Amino acid sequence: MNRLLASTALALALGLPAVAQEYVPDPAATMGGGIVVTYKDDVATLDPAIGYDWQNWSMIKSLFDGLMDYAPGTTELRPGLADSYTISEDGLVYTFTLRSGVMFHNGREMTAEDVKYSLDRVTTPATLSPGAGFFASIAGFDAVASGETDSLSGVAVTGPLEVQITLARPDATFLHVMALNFASVVPREAVEAAGDDFGRQPVGTGAFSLADWTLGQSLTFVRNENYWREGLPYLDQITFEVGQEPIVALLRLQNGEVDVPGDGIPPAKFQEVMDDPAQAAQVVQGGQLHTGYLTMNVNLAPFDNVAVRQAVNMAINKDRIIQIINGRADPATQPLPDSMPGYTADYAGYAYDVEAARALMAEAGFADGVETELFVMNTDPNPRIAQAIQADLAEIGITANIQNLAQANVIEAGGAGTAPMIWSGGMAWIADFPDPANFYAPILGCAGAGDGGWNWSKYCREDLDAMAAAADAIVDPAMAEERLAAWSEIYMAVMEDAPWAPVFNELRYTMRSPRMGGADALYVDPVSIPVNYDYVYVTE
Amino acid sequence: MGAYLLRRLVQSALILLGVSFITYVLLFILPADPVRQIAGRSATAATVESIRRELGLDQPFVVQYGRYLWNLLQLDLGRSYLQRSEVSELIAARLPATLLLMGAAILCELLIGITLGIVAALWRGRALDQGLMILSFVAVSAPQFVVSLLLLYVFAVQLGWFPIGGYGTFEHLVLPALTLGLLGSGWYARMMRSSMIDVLRADFIRTARAIGLTRTRVILRHALPNAILPVIAMIGIDIGIFMGGIVVVESVFGWPGIGQLAWQAIQRVDIPIIMGVTLVSAFAIVAGNLLADLVAPFIDPRIKLR
Repeated sequence: MNRLLASTALALALGLPAVAQEYVPDPAATMGGGIVVTYKDDVATLDPAIGYDWQNWSMIKSLFDGLMDYAPGTTELRPGLADSYTISEDGLVYTFTLRSGVMFHNGREMTAEDVKYSLDRVTTPATLSPGAGFFASIAGFDAVASGETDSLSGVAVTGPLEVQITLARPDATFLHVMALNFASVVPREAVEAAGDDFGRQPVGTGAFSLADWTLGQSLTFVRNENYWREGLPYLDQITFEVGQEPIVALLRLQNGEVDVPGDGIPPAKFQEVMDDPAQAAQVVQGGQLHTGYLTMNVNLAPFDNVAVRQAVNMAINKDRIIQIINGRADPATQPLPDSMPGYTADYAGYAYDVEAARALMAEAGFADGVETELFVMNTDPNPRIAQAIQADLAEIGITANIQNLAQANVIEAGGAGTAPMIWSGGMAWIADFPDPANFYAPILGCAGAGDGGWNWSKYCREDLDAMAAAADAIVDPAMAEERLAAWSEIYMAVMEDAPWAPVFNELRYTMRSPRMGGADALYVDPVSIPVNYDYVYVTE
Repeated sequence: MGAYLLRRLVQSALILLGVSFITYVLLFILPADPVRQIAGRSATAATVESIRRELGLDQPFVVQYGRYLWNLLQLDLGRSYLQRSEVSELIAARLPATLLLMGAAILCELLIGITLGIVAALWRGRALDQGLMILSFVAVSAPQFVVSLLLLYVFAVQLGWFPIGGYGTFEHLVLPALTLGLLGSGWYARMMRSSMIDVLRADFIRTARAIGLTRTRVILRHALPNAILPVIAMIGIDIGIFMGGIVVVESVFGWPGIGQLAWQAIQRVDIPIIMGVTLVSAFAIVAGNLLADLVAPFIDPRIKLR
């Protein structure tokens, strides 16, 4: 405990980024019992190097741990499997001291070798990890990614419980990267024994272990009796039932058969649930690090003209679009959601002003109107949102023909740069970690603007990229404010160029059965969706 | 018979080959890149290319398809792109549920369809007949998504007679089987009715009546076995129709069959699963048709296999 406090104090002194105080356990929490969580889709995989959808993300969090972690219900970093860490003055060398006596589910003690193995594994191309790119700042990443070697030269085991990670460039987001599921520590022998099936036979250090997986039907997690965080988890068991339509899950919740409908409240039933006081009391509302936006491809006419892009920003009636989704969002003024550090609070965005928008269109030479295409993913409510945008654009003379396609096809068109406009709903963007950098490089920076990248506007400004790199090189904790100010400046420059029309920031509504306990924050945990399984409990 | 069987087997194999080719071509030209789905949104161009290479998706179509066929010959359906599990394992885990549902649904549609068909034929032209035929028309045309939700709401939520979706017991089976069976029962009722009417007009029925057999005996012993023949022959063909309905019904009732698996795979461009489910379904349809043709001469000696 003393060491932890010492490490927390140290990290606080470094202040990079905000690191949580010790979490105070809920005095009302009771041990034991189980819950039932439902999902429509199968669980894809529980391999932490591979799982990258919002469904398996929180499940993997409960099975595995990384060196860093977040205080439950918050976006504040805290040490996980690391007992403490130090950062060199130039911000390039991170030395992690691991907790001793942490056991994998197979009974073996976790060591520094496991940390090294896990990072090598996630970055090696044969693993096919969608998260490999997050580790690009570690020295030697390129050699591993290109298949030259299978060991990261920047990750060195310096003691049985000590790992030293050297970066090729300063990276202010590195501790967040170490808290991603992709950085989870896995035991080599279990991975090798399971081969390609490790995702079905996961072995970690997490609060729960996988007891049963009946394909297409259910998964059962049971409490890890040897969990290294004392007194956790509270639940004995979690049963995930898959293949359940959200509407059926809601009916079963009302019937007392389900505790958390993992896919949330179906839109068609939302008003009914919220109008009924008994049911509304079971709903927890929270924010999430999400922005829904309209991209405009800066390489395609008419959106190669900045005046047209600005006009579109002024033409969209955000409040009406929010009504379409039952008010489940706040209007957005800029790329970052307001709960994200770096958000520019005193910026009002483009005001809804059809007259001014028309004037801009006329000025740009489109007084007689122009025709274009709007791509949208074909699941509700996205087509309805696209129709609202279409109607708004018609007001300023833009005829947008809607291309209503499957998710994969929209992503393909966006990546290839053939889509003039895309409504991002159902695809982008929810932050991987709570840092402003995560909203830039892949979706607004030059790196994502290449063929296949997620920067669907194909907006690329080298000078902003340079500013971003400079901001992320600010690792001195005393200058954290300066770094956020630099990010704010970048996003303001983006808004000037208007490659996007930010529309709304979605809110989150989690429903739970009356028997479930724990602070509301655990049910809208920004990192674990839908709930933080390690800390919730049942009251009967 | 032997030569006939051999020819039909070769034909069946060619049909399956054709199905595999067409599906593979369609998935190949689809404007959606499976590698992007695997690589995720944070992948760099280099990561995407290395994944493409690892999976052999950078090869030309002929090489990819040839490789797939070669593995298929060894009964290897490959690994799912997103679940990373063996496709054969994923299908094998779900096939029993689908077969059970299909068996129960066939039973449902036969029982309902044949009974209604006989009743309608016997009361031909009267209000009861017309009522039943309208009903069968509704059963055939009602969208299964609506029917399944309706049955679920009334019998599971309101009346509480059955569980709200899921799998495991006989109670779980009733509603999805009924939903699927209702559609088919409409067809069968109409077919049974006309077949029965034809048979009832036949000379041997008149003879049977003339020699003084009771009405019940004439219908059950003489008319029914003859009238039911064309209906039985339909079952094999029916499997194809079922495969379509099963996707919807399995999704609504949370029935862990291959329809649900296929639906999820299509949304995520998980090509190995889509291929696997398509081939297994095609195999079921081809086998069903073959079986129906082979059994036909035993039911109706007038049919000769050539």
